[in-house]
Amino acid sequence: MELTGAEIVIRALKEEGVDYVFGYPGGAILHVYDAIHAQNDIQHILVRHEQAATHAADGYARASGKPGVVLVTSGPGVTNAVTGIATAFMDSIPMVILSGQVPTKLIGNDAFQEVDSVGITRPCVKHNFLVKDVKELATTLKKAFYIASTGRPGPVLVDLPKDVTAAKTVFEYPHTIKMRSYNPTVKGHTGQIRKAVKLILKAERPIVYVGGGAILGEASKEVTELTRMLGYPVTNTLMGLGAYPATDPQFVGMLGMHGTYEANMCMHDCDVMIAIGARFDDRVTGNLEKFAPYARIVHIDIDPSSIAKNVQVEVPIVGSVANVLRAMISLIREEGSQPLKKEALARWWRQIEKWRAIDSLGYEQNNTLIKPQYVMEQLYKVTEGNAIVTSDVGQHQMWAAQYYHFDLPRRWINSGGLGTMGFGLPAAMGCKLACPDLDVACVTGEGSIQMMLQELSTMLQYQTPVKIVNLNNGYLGMVRQWQEFFYEKRYAMSYMDALPDFVKLAEAYGHVGMKIENPGDVEASLREAFAMKDRTVFLDFITDPEENVFPMIPAGGAHNEMLLAGRDAMRSTHEEGMVLV
Amino acid sequence: MRHIISILLENESGALSRVANLFSARGYNIETLCVAPTQDPSLSRMTLVTNGTPEIIEQIVKQLNKLIEVVKLVDLTEGVHIERELMLAKIHAASPQQRTEVMRLIEIFRGHVIDVTESTYTVELTGPGDKLDGFMDAVGRDELLEITRTGITGIARGTKALRT
Ligand SMILES: Cc1cc2nc3c(=O)[nH]c(=O)nc-3n(C[C@H](O)[C@H](O)[C@H](O)COP(=O)(O)OP(=O)(O)OC[C@H]3O[C@@H](n4cnc5c(N)ncnc54)[C@H](O)[C@@H]3O)c2cc1C
Ligand SMILES: Cc1ncc(C[n+]2csc(CCOP(=O)(O)OP(=O)(O)O)c2C)c(N)n1
Ligand SMILES: [Mg+2]
Repeated sequence: MELTGAEIVIRALKEEGVDYVFGYPGGAILHVYDAIHAQNDIQHILVRHEQAATHAADGYARASGKPGVVLVTSGPGVTNAVTGIATAFMDSIPMVILSGQVPTKLIGNDAFQEVDSVGITRPCVKHNFLVKDVKELATTLKKAFYIASTGRPGPVLVDLPKDVTAAKTVFEYPHTIKMRSYNPTVKGHTGQIRKAVKLILKAERPIVYVGGGAILGEASKEVTELTRMLGYPVTNTLMGLGAYPATDPQFVGMLGMHGTYEANMCMHDCDVMIAIGARFDDRVTGNLEKFAPYARIVHIDIDPSSIAKNVQVEVPIVGSVANVLRAMISLIREEGSQPLKKEALARWWRQIEKWRAIDSLGYEQNNTLIKPQYVMEQLYKVTEGNAIVTSDVGQHQMWAAQYYHFDLPRRWINSGGLGTMGFGLPAAMGCKLACPDLDVACVTGEGSIQMMLQELSTMLQYQTPVKIVNLNNGYLGMVRQWQEFFYEKRYAMSYMDALPDFVKLAEAYGHVGMKIENPGDVEASLREAFAMKDRTVFLDFITDPEENVFPMIPAGGAHNEMLLAGRDAMRSTHEEGMVLV
Repeated sequence: MRHIISILLENESGALSRVANLFSARGYNIETLCVAPTQDPSLSRMTLVTNGTPEIIEQIVKQLNKLIEVVKLVDLTEGVHIERELMLAKIHAASPQQRTEVMRLIEIFRGHVIDVTESTYTVELTGPGDKLDGFMDAVGRDELLEITRTGITGIARGTKALRT
C-alpha cells in the first residue's frame, strides 16, 4: 500500500520509538500535522514558540538519552528554532528536527515563508538533509536518527518540501543503515589503552577529569568503577556533573571558571590527567599557556577533532567512553595491577585535603537577605538530591551546579556550550515528560525566565508539574558580576527594572505562585511547593542582589589564580599565588 | 605550511558548501579549490590547497573527516605527489615582435595556442602552480588580458590510490 510522505514521517517516528514530538504548525508542514491528527501513538506537544520546542525536545533527550524530536513549519518556524538547535549542537545532544519547506518547484523563488533552512542551520547541526523525492524519505529519516544518536551525538535537520509530504510511495523502513562516509569509532585502540593504563598506574598526582561525554555515552558506571579502583581524585565539568557521584569522598567538585579550589588546584598540579569525554573548553582550561604545566595527559573521546584541539596530549584514545573504560578496567583486573606510587598518592591526598579545608564554596549566611547559595542547599535537602534540576544561564546556574550535589547522570540539565538564557523552563517540561516520576526543578533568574515565560501555558495544557526556583536578584547577575570586577561597577543595562509580579503571573497562567523574602521561609516554602505534586509552582525568591559566584578564574587566568570569596579565604590562600579581588 | 588535501566526497548537492562553510566558520584559509565527479559518478574528488601550522592542519583534516559526506581524504603533501593546474590565458600580442616573443614563451612553457586573433593569443597551459606563476611573470601583467586558473589538483605517486 502506498503512503503519503506525511504518513511515512509518522510511521518512521513510530519505528524509532518516538513517543513525544515538540512542535508548532504552519502551512508548509500541515500535511504532517494532518497525519498526526489521524493517530494516537505519538503525542504532539504544542509549545508557544518554536525555540521552546527545541529546548523541550533537548531536555527530553538529556533526561532520557533518546533523541528529542521537533516539528516546525518553514520560514519563521525554522528561524525561531535555530537558537535551540545551536544549543543542542554545542552540547552534543541527539535531536531530529523535521521542518516544513515550500514545494520543491518553488524553492529558490523567494516563495512565501521560504528560507534556506539547510543553509541557515548548516553551521549548527551535525548534519542536515533536504528531501526532494518521497522515495528517499524513509531512508533519510532512518539516517537522521542514526546520525543524531551515534558517535558524538548532535541535532540533525530534515527539511520536508510540502509536495514531498503529499506525494505517495510504498513505505519500507530500513532496519539498519550503513553509510560508507560515516562510521564512528567506538572501540579504542588496544595499544593506546595499554599505554594509557601504564601511565595511569605510575601517577603520583593524578586527576580524573570527566566531561559530558561520560553522560552522553552512558558510562557513569564505568567512570565510577575505574576511579574507585584507582582511588584517584575525580572532577567533573559542568556538563559532566552526575557522571561520578558528587557525594563520594573522591569527588573534588566541578572544575573550571567557577569550579572548586581543590578541583582546579588538582588540575594545575597534577602529573597525570585522565580526560574522559571532555573537550578542554576555555571555561575549563583558563589560560592555555599556564594549563596543567606538569601533566601527562590521556584523552578519551569519540570525536577525533576534540583531541589535541586546544591541548596537546600524550595518549589520545578515540572511542566511546564506556567501551574504552571497560577495556582499561579488565586490563587492570587481568594483570592484577595497582597504582604503583602509594606514598606519593597518600601525599597527594593530604595536599588535596588541605585545599578542601579552604572551603571555597563557603559563604556567609545572612538573617535578613536570602542568599542564593542557601536556596540551592535547601533545594538539595528538600528534594533529597533526587530531583532533575534544569537551569537557565547566569549566576543561578553556577550556584545550582555548585550546591546541588548530583549523584546520578541525566539529573543536571543545562546549556553549557552555548549558554542559552531561556533554556531552563522548556527543558524542564521535556524532562518531566521523559521522567514523569521524578521531581523536576527549574532553577532560573528573573532575566532568563522572561525569555521563555510563555511556556507556562504549555505546561498547564499538558500537565507537566515543575517547580520553578527563581533566584530573583533584580539583576542580570552574571553580567553585573563581570561589570563589578572588570568594568569598575559600571552596571550598564544589567539592572532588571519593571519586573512583573511573578506570583500573579503564575496564577494568570493557572499555576501556583509564591514570593519568598525571608531566609527563614526558604525551606518551608520549598517543602510546600514540592508537596503539590501535580502543580507547577513558581517560587520567586528575592535574593541578595549583589551576591557573586566564587571561586572564579578570571578569563585568561590560570587554575591556581582563582578569586575566592571572603577576606579570610583570600588571606589563607595568598601564598598559593592567588590573585586578590 | 602549504598542504594539498585531496578528498573523496559524496557527489551530493550541499557537500561543497559544507566544506566551504567549515573553512569560513573556523577561520581556515583556502588558497585553491577544485572539484569534479570521478569515474564513480556517486563520488566527487575535491582538491584543496590550504596552509597553517601542523596543529591547524591536523584540525582541518579531522574536521573534514567529520563531515558526513566526506568518504575519505589524504594530505598529499605528506608523501610524494604530483600537482597540476590548468590555466587559460588571453594575451595581448599585436606587433610582429610581440607575437614572436609570446609564441616563444608559449613554447618554452609548453603551452598550446587554442585561439588566435590579430591582436591576441589564447593559450592553454598546465603545470604546478609556480610554473603558471612563472609564465604570467614572463608575459607581463600588462599583456595578460584575462586569465582563468582551475586551482591545484593532485595525485600521489606510486601504486597507492585514493578510492573507496
Ligand atoms: C555561565 C557559564 C559558566 C560556565 N562555567 C563553567 C565552569 O566553571 N566549569 C565548566 O566545566 N564548565 C563551565 N561552563 C560550561 C562550558 O562552557 C562548557 O560547556 C563545558 O565546560 C564543556 O563540558 P565538557 O568538556 O564536558 O564537554 P561537552 O560539551 O559535554 O562535550 C562532550 C565531549 O565528549 C565527547 N563525547 C560524546 N559522547 C562520547 C562518548 N560516547 N564517548 C566518548 N566521548 C564522547 C564529545 O566528542 C565531546 O568532546 C560554563 C557555561 C556557562 C554558560
Ligand atoms: C540569550 C542570551 N542572551 C544573553 C546572554 C548573556 N548573559 C549571560 S548570563 C546573563 C544574565 C542572566 O540573568 P538572570 O537570568 O537574572 O540570572 P542571574 O545571573 O541574575 O542569576 C546574560 C544576559 C545569554 N547567556 N543568553
Ligand atoms: Mg538575575
